[in-house]
Amino acid sequence: MNGDGADSVLLRARGVTKRFPGVVANDDITLEVHRARVHCLLGENGAGKSTLADLFYGVHEPDEGAIELRGEPIHMVSPRDAIAAGIGMVRQHFELVTPMSVLENVVIGTRGEAKVDLRAARGRLGELCDLYGVEVDLDTPVGDLAVGQQQWVEILKALYLGCEVLILDEPTAVLTPEGIERLFATLRRMASEGLTIVLITHKLHEVMEISDDVTVLRRGRVVRTSLTSEVTMADLTRMMVGRDVDLAIDVVEAPRGDLVLDVSGLDVATESGRGSLKQVSLQVHEREILGIAGVSGNGQDALFDVLVGMKPADAGRILVDAKDIAELSPAGRLEIGIASVPADRIHQGLMMDFRISENLILGRQRSDRFGRRGWLNQKGIGEFADDSFAAFDIAAPSPAHVTRVLSGGNLQKIVMARELAGQPRLLVVHQPTRGLDIGATEYVRRRLVEERDQGAAILLISEDLDELLNLSSRIAVMFDGRIVGEVDRRDATVDRIGMWMAGVSGAPGEALA
Amino acid sequence: MSDVLEALINVGVLASAIRIATPLLLAALGEMVTERAGILNLGIEGTITVSAFGSFVVADKADSLWLGVLSGVGAGILLSLLMAVLVSSIKVEQVVAGLALNLFGIGMAFYLFRAFYPQTGGEMPRSDTFDYAEIPLLSDIPAVGEVVFSQHWLTYAAILSCPVLWWTLNRTQFGLELRSVGNNPAACDMRGINVTGMQYLALAFGGLMAGLAGAFLSVFLSGLFFVDVAAGRGWIALAIVIFGNWRIGRILAGALFFGYLDAYQLSLQARGVEVPHQLLLALPFVLTIAALVVNRRRSHEPLHLGVPYFRGER
Repeated sequence: MNGDGADSVLLRARGVTKRFPGVVANDDITLEVHRARVHCLLGENGAGKSTLADLFYGVHEPDEGAIELRGEPIHMVSPRDAIAAGIGMVRQHFELVTPMSVLENVVIGTRGEAKVDLRAARGRLGELCDLYGVEVDLDTPVGDLAVGQQQWVEILKALYLGCEVLILDEPTAVLTPEGIERLFATLRRMASEGLTIVLITHKLHEVMEISDDVTVLRRGRVVRTSLTSEVTMADLTRMMVGRDVDLAIDVVEAPRGDLVLDVSGLDVATESGRGSLKQVSLQVHEREILGIAGVSGNGQDALFDVLVGMKPADAGRILVDAKDIAELSPAGRLEIGIASVPADRIHQGLMMDFRISENLILGRQRSDRFGRRGWLNQKGIGEFADDSFAAFDIAAPSPAHVTRVLSGGNLQKIVMARELAGQPRLLVVHQPTRGLDIGATEYVRRRLVEERDQGAAILLISEDLDELLNLSSRIAVMFDGRIVGEVDRRDATVDRIGMWMAGVSGAPGEALA
Repeated sequence: MSDVLEALINVGVLASAIRIATPLLLAALGEMVTERAGILNLGIEGTITVSAFGSFVVADKADSLWLGVLSGVGAGILLSLLMAVLVSSIKVEQVVAGLALNLFGIGMAFYLFRAFYPQTGGEMPRSDTFDYAEIPLLSDIPAVGEVVFSQHWLTYAAILSCPVLWWTLNRTQFGLELRSVGNNPAACDMRGINVTGMQYLALAFGGLMAGLAGAFLSVFLSGLFFVDVAAGRGWIALAIVIFGNWRIGRILAGALFFGYLDAYQLSLQARGVEVPHQLLLALPFVLTIAALVVNRRRSHEPLHLGVPYFRGER
């Protein structure tokens, strides 16, 4: 422990709040990063990690609070200020000029002299590579490098610009296990040479492996900052997924009915191989919620897409009421009563520049209720919108208002009102409460339970363990595209599910982490 | 100096302003609909040229103005459907496809023109033209009658199409679907709207309107065809869509205003007034840039304009 003292604090967020339309991405965040240590920011998708990193790097300015460097508040309006202050960042999506060589890419952004001295740059870069044990051919065009190699170029760029703090946003997502090992070895070496590392991740075992300190974020807030040596993976899981006693919904379960969704042996390949599905089988019955737990990126997106018809399956069967729906388009699936609430409600669910009423009827504009012989029935639409406003407690000035102005919770209510209007037989829900405030979260959960009680079969994909434990009849856990465990709600514990989520299989000696 | 001022409100200038505005309005309305479905069709200059030729050659050879208009429209639709195959089915970059369509359209129209009318060195071939459709009684009103009610039937049709189009886009199932596709195709797809089908229809309509614009240039205005018959009107139509912020009322105003600018500078030239008319010709584009700046905060540009849609891509 090399210093708990205030003078070892290099980078600090002091009461930082950042809002985006409809969400509070960072809510009163205070945290300290100590010099020459590896500090992990851990949290689920949407917990606010990347936003915080962007605040440290001057991409955004905080609405409230301040970022401090070496004890002094620094005001940054662009990454240029961050670079000048000695902060470097490797973002999830690289910013490289692919036809240009590694050397040229690294030199971009250095200024001061009219003439770029490539010879001197080559010398300095060589020294940096030697110092940290980085192996990259400086004359190769960046586009010819593997993705893992490109990440090294990004790291070199930051180092070359003379950073003291290096922020890495999910750097292991693009790496093979060997690549991760190399990266971590290098990061440790950098820390021992005096560099400060901030590493953003949602993978528990990485935190345990690399970091000195860990800060857990949840729903935009800091849960706790601890010394990594003083916490266990189970502790971190609990902090990450949280325990909102307030949000517990009193669930009285009716006996489940007939089998509705029967999926077996489902394979879906993705281009990168990440997030694919491997031999997934699951069943959902009437009056039943099957929860799908898992850390994001373990195949949940593919599962949702293949069920709603946005992606074809490579192998396996999807039966709804014993009928194969593989050939049905999204429209066809809608017709037989499959409704869906996508995780990305803005990009997959709503038209932000349209009226609320128009979003409420999207997909049913040709039904008799909303139109006749090609004309839209304004009265029918208005009545339905008023009903939806009342039934779903939508807080907006009027249905004629543009959708963009609404908060995240109200946006989600619009999607729910639309999808639930047809009394769906099967409801596929993905991350229904992500980014919502407590009130809206509670409301959405209650509606799901109501829908279940009216007989719907519900597949609930969520990264919020608390939500799953609260609502599901059974919980299945996805890891690396497979269902690695399934448990009845009565037997489910955070620890057990947390282990599955972390890739630690139930069988002894089969630890994947 | 008095010439410069007098031309501003000259009855002849105003009447020709509306005439000149007609093809601009037609093409801009068509492009607006196409863009509302998310497709940026930069190929309307070429489409207008092809349609102008199609109208001209059929009107001349078949000796029927109505068949001429019909074939011009047909050519416009065909060319736009080619664009639809490229951008909506194959998902080629829209800007590239649009520019290619221009080169192809203008080149082909001129090639066919030469095939039908080998150069003889004599006078340019000339087709019949439509007569002005003077509206009984109304055209007798002094000044107003000459300016507004003594135009071509297609001019009346273009202006009347504005409310019809507004109603269709805003009050029909089809219109709602079309606008939705340009705003969020992923959400539409998930809710069962045929994204590709809508884009084909929108492009076909854009082709129909550009086709009418082309027909107007050849068999209404001049009875002539030449390579530069479109003379940048396709590009001005594109500018008018932006200037009009994708709203029909403002597009109508924009077309009339730009038409007026052109009529005004023509009349100044005819009177031999020494003003740099190039400045007036450049004005539509300058104003469009200004409108872009002013509208930046409340732009009605379709959110998904110009971006190919791939199902299941995040």
